Amino acid sequence: MKERMQIPRQPMPEQEAGRRARNFEEVPLGYTPKTAEMEALRCIQCKKPACVEGCPVEVDIPGFISLVAEGRYIEAALKIKETNGLPAVCGRVCPQEVQCEQRCVRGKKGEPVAIGRLERFVADYERAAGEVAIPETAPKTGRRVAVVGSGPAGLTVAGDLVKLGHDVTIFEALHEPGGVLVYGIPEFRLPKAIVKAEVDYLKRLGVKIETSCVIGKLDTVDDLLAEGFDAVFLGTGAGLPTFMNIPGENLNGVYSANEYLTRSNLMKAYRFPEYDTPIVRGRRVAVVGGGNVAMDSARTAMRLGAEHVYLIYRRSRTEMPARTEEIHHAEEEGIAFHLLTNPVRYIGNDKGWVVGVECLKMELGEPDESGRRKPVPMNGSEFVIDIDTAVVAIGAGSNPLVQSTTPGLKTNKGNYIIADEETGQTSREGVFAGGDIVTGSATVILAMGAGRKAARAIHAYIQSREEKTR
Amino acid sequence: MPAEILEKEQLSKGVFRMVLSGPKIARKRKAGQFVVIRIHEEGERIPLTIADADPGKGTVTIVFQIVGKSTRHLADLNVGDTLLDLVGPLGKPTHVENFGTVACIGGGIGIAPVYPITQAMKLAGNHVISIIGARSKEVIIMEDLMRAASDELVVATDDGTFGFRGLVSQALEEKFLKPGRKIDLAVAIGPVKMMSAVCDVTRKYGVPTVVSLNSIMVDATGMCGACRVSVAEKMRFVCVDGPEFDGHQVDFKELMDRQCIYLGDEQKSVDHYCSHGRKLVGD
Repeated sequence: MKERMQIPRQPMPEQEAGRRARNFEEVPLGYTPKTAEMEALRCIQCKKPACVEGCPVEVDIPGFISLVAEGRYIEAALKIKETNGLPAVCGRVCPQEVQCEQRCVRGKKGEPVAIGRLERFVADYERAAGEVAIPETAPKTGRRVAVVGSGPAGLTVAGDLVKLGHDVTIFEALHEPGGVLVYGIPEFRLPKAIVKAEVDYLKRLGVKIETSCVIGKLDTVDDLLAEGFDAVFLGTGAGLPTFMNIPGENLNGVYSANEYLTRSNLMKAYRFPEYDTPIVRGRRVAVVGGGNVAMDSARTAMRLGAEHVYLIYRRSRTEMPARTEEIHHAEEEGIAFHLLTNPVRYIGNDKGWVVGVECLKMELGEPDESGRRKPVPMNGSEFVIDIDTAVVAIGAGSNPLVQSTTPGLKTNKGNYIIADEETGQTSREGVFAGGDIVTGSATVILAMGAGRKAARAIHAYIQSREEKTR
Repeated sequence: MPAEILEKEQLSKGVFRMVLSGPKIARKRKAGQFVVIRIHEEGERIPLTIADADPGKGTVTIVFQIVGKSTRHLADLNVGDTLLDLVGPLGKPTHVENFGTVACIGGGIGIAPVYPITQAMKLAGNHVISIIGARSKEVIIMEDLMRAASDELVVATDDGTFGFRGLVSQALEEKFLKPGRKIDLAVAIGPVKMMSAVCDVTRKYGVPTVVSLNSIMVDATGMCGACRVSVAEKMRFVCVDGPEFDGHQVDFKELMDRQCIYLGDEQKSVDHYCSHGRKLVGD
């Protein structure tokens, strides 16, 4: 036991900052089996593991870690998959420092067990070992479920329901399944091969995926129900870009983060002209925002060849919603942080291109409704940063296509779908919803948690209907 | 979903008509809506207005002009080839009702998207005056179809080789508005300059005018904002709020600037395509 307590948290090797800031390959390189086993030994196997309470999908963390310590990696992966269908994704994008690792006992007097890195290790090990085993699925029920959107929520619902024997079809508006995992999160943080492997796994389980199918336009939710689907799950996400409504936002060279990242990630504009979709490769790029999307945008700009990337955020570092690791990586890669700074207008030239952003310095006042201290502008503190590209990454709104074409589907004032927290049940019978389209922009793991609950509720709904018709 | 090319026809220099398989889109689409196509794995997403559809045969017709790499690539394809993706129908349909007299105005390649609207306006009981125009006689497309769909048709050419000599906006003013013909609604589709010019004329005569905008798009489902445009000083997305807007409220200068964002890249993309042994057709 004493020896265990003396093992330091094992660092994960990563690409050196100067090199990686110019390529799109993944930044952290992952644990080796040896470091993984060392790290796993640091877990003291608490009787009442607080880490599990900190996990939105309640992964049996001590359970999988003890399997890692014994070198039983594949079994460890299967242990995680009992409650989390996408461990390779979550190991990379979950904010562990405010979830499982925050609650880890080892963190009280030192550093917590690197749960996220271990999760990633076992998932990668399993994938590299070859064909991931297909679990036994329940006998076919003959019941059909339509899943709208193939992001984390939709993929989770589809996986859970297909295992219960239902016939599941995912409808995806874009040409590639994965939702935010493919259009939003860059290759250097979540390689697309991993998303593809997860999607292929679902296909092998029997999930059908119809890409380029915009529900609300081609078919409505009512069309799906009329076509014979027994239930519909809506996981359409928060994909609507938000702008600040300040002058000059329509100038050439000003992007929403959604557009910037979609061009680079989904359309592979970073490989233009090999790929057809272009992207403005700015030399001086301003990114506005302090979340993961802002970090992703800033680091993408650097990789597209920028000389200067400025991250403009109206609050201070402590209020930044991005994962600690992303902030750290961004700084290492040379992103210049302009904290307590807020853009007030973009300045254009006579051809309609952005050439500057005028900002105001801010100071922190009283806490606002989010509990964070509210930034207040400082009078007379205006200054201009010369830029040729700007990316606005200040959050996203709800995708409206389904709500506007589904009569009787209740929404709240942000046009998010109102759904029961425990079941995902909406105001329409047989229609369930979960993920960002219900909660507003949140995390991959919360969307997966909502998907898991909705899958359970959809299964119960289908069963109760069968009993009625018997 | 993938879509097979069932017919291909060259309408004029660099302008092609293609009939694609798309049974569901053919059934659902309404006048004024568009599709997005992606030719191949490395391809970009290209928005194209639906020029016609046949629900019985399950087909969708597109008309396009070679401007950059993707449209060149599209023109290189033949009957039997398959487009990797066909998405639609996107955008809001045209608001069609019996307005009285409607002027349907198409410039250049814009004649193609005006055609289904002309048909729908006629079907709704309107008296339809159509004005179609292009640089020169040999680049006027779909004249017979437009003639059949309209009560009156005027053809205008910049160089005077056919019909009215001048722009469609001038034809509208000289032949109809100046002589005092009452027009209850104008629908204008074509190059931004042309739509802007038509709006200048109709504003003068107080004729409500709908324009259909062809902004740059990526996803075309409201997610990226690439297509944003200022209408009545408010930010609107062409893909989901449009593509049709009150022409008198559109900031055409901004739209023109925004359409130039990737001009340099377009040439690079064409060069890359040509350097990889792809033939050029249609020129």
